[in-house]
Amino acid sequence: MTITPGHWLALSAALFTIGLIGVLVRRNLIIIFMAIELMLNAGNIALVTFSNLHQQVSGQVFALFVIAVAAAEAAVGLGIVLALYRNKETVNIDEITVMRW
Amino acid sequence: MDNLQAIMPMLIVTLAAMATMLAEAFRRKDERMPIGGLGVIGLVGAIAAAGLLWDRNAVGFGVIQADNFSLFVTVVVAVIGLFTIMFSSEVVEREGIPSGEYYTLTLFSVVGMMMMASATDLLVIFIALEIMSIAVYVLTGIKRTDAAGTEASFKYFLLGSFSSAFFLYGIAFSYAVSGSTRLDALSTAIAQSASAPGPMVWLAMGLLLVGFAFKVSAVPFHMWTPDAYEGAPTVVTGFMSTGVKAAAVAAFLRVFLSAFEPLRGDWTQLLTWIAMLTMVVGTVVGVAQTNVKRMLAYSSIAHAGYLLAGIIAASAIGKSAVLFYLASYAVANVGAFGVIAFIATRERNTGELTDFTGLWYAKPMLAVLMAVFLLSLGGFPPMAGFIAKWYIFAAAVNEGFYTLAIVGVLTSVVSVFFYLRIVVMMFMSSNKAELEVPPFGIVGTLGLALAAIATFYLGILPTRLIDLATQSISTIF
Repeated sequence: MTITPGHWLALSAALFTIGLIGVLVRRNLIIIFMAIELMLNAGNIALVTFSNLHQQVSGQVFALFVIAVAAAEAAVGLGIVLALYRNKETVNIDEITVMRW
Repeated sequence: MDNLQAIMPMLIVTLAAMATMLAEAFRRKDERMPIGGLGVIGLVGAIAAAGLLWDRNAVGFGVIQADNFSLFVTVVVAVIGLFTIMFSSEVVEREGIPSGEYYTLTLFSVVGMMMMASATDLLVIFIALEIMSIAVYVLTGIKRTDAAGTEASFKYFLLGSFSSAFFLYGIAFSYAVSGSTRLDALSTAIAQSASAPGPMVWLAMGLLLVGFAFKVSAVPFHMWTPDAYEGAPTVVTGFMSTGVKAAAVAAFLRVFLSAFEPLRGDWTQLLTWIAMLTMVVGTVVGVAQTNVKRMLAYSSIAHAGYLLAGIIAASAIGKSAVLFYLASYAVANVGAFGVIAFIATRERNTGELTDFTGLWYAKPMLAVLMAVFLLSLGGFPPMAGFIAKWYIFAAAVNEGFYTLAIVGVLTSVVSVFFYLRIVVMMFMSSNKAELEVPPFGIVGTLGLALAAIATFYLGILPTRLIDLATQSISTIF
């Protein structure tokens, strides 16, 4: 069986969906965070696929930019999680309730 | 040279941000340094550069367009930054915020906002969005030992990056449609298939819409707003409730009214519902709040609804109404948060409604200024908010969006209730226990006075700014 752009797109859509469900369902901060990274990488795979379809490199360059941005975001996000953990001693999102409604 | 010209405002603010960073790094311990002053220089420089670029329509690197539209938003954002720095200079030390990092991040996020308003390429818009957002996530949680602040920061970060993922996926599909990330190429590609747009076009549009709706805090993507606004330091709340919104609305307007213009009939229907829902939820839930910062967060959600109404009714009047609205909302909102920041002490800094009891007797000037800002937000003449709302609703009626206009007018009537509640609290209930307001200096006073003057100026003599807004809109659409 040959792998076609259709398969890549299916992979990207599957990753995006897994990430989306992960963000909505999981209760651990770190796992939610990982699920978001999954969604960003789904975007990258889609970009590279379309770049291949259009026979251009710009999509791949874009993916590189996104990787850099995601790294910056991960650094800031983990920093925030750390600060939060120091204050609350928990990584369960249901217990983070200083503010409600 | 032309390239550098177009990015000049951003370049100046970036240099100022780097200067603040270096100043903090070379500062000896306990040495006091007017770091905010460097930011003021940079922002004033950016405003001057924007003034020089006016009507020049410079293009930078093919992806940054210094047309009058982006220059208008650039100036609005720079003014927001100036007010923020002026107010911050009074409270940063009292609140225990590390000043070097604080000013640097504020300036970098201003750069992101300016870039977002001027970018004509989805890749650049994405990067600008992240420059702005990442800096603001950190600003929200800059008081690291404050439980509410870090929680707010985390919630904002989580939902912010969640929305960026949607935005990115939307960009990927836009790229699939046009083979380019440029807005004009996308517009051409969509126009060619406008009679029967494929699933890719719908996916691209829907995902980008979700991404923008998160950033402007439109219902049902508003959940982060109250928490983030309540938990963040008050000066930061003032900054992000105005600056982030201005930049996001500007980019929203540009993307949807240029690239997705051919499908306008389709997305206005969806957006009309979102706008109405946003106005209603923002107002109704806002009425139930007892914390002023949270109340103003819901008020800012409602204002996002009015801004969306302007985008929907995008006749020439509607578009310039959006720009005028952004400016008048910005001065009033940033001023209101300035007052909240000034009356807070180290112990009492959550912005509860009861903190305002009898403010008139303790600090009459602050009470009067707060009343001016709140009444402007509520849309009372002769303040700026009245004219701004009037223009938005007039545009909606002109374009035949009657339901939208009616919902808008009704919700703004209801919203008057919660603005007036604070005013009543300040003026009519005298507090037996003396309300202690910490002293603040000349810079903060000047900032509040300027914000109040701007609120009245835009309310009484709006023509000048409306002309500018109309001019700036005409260059791109």
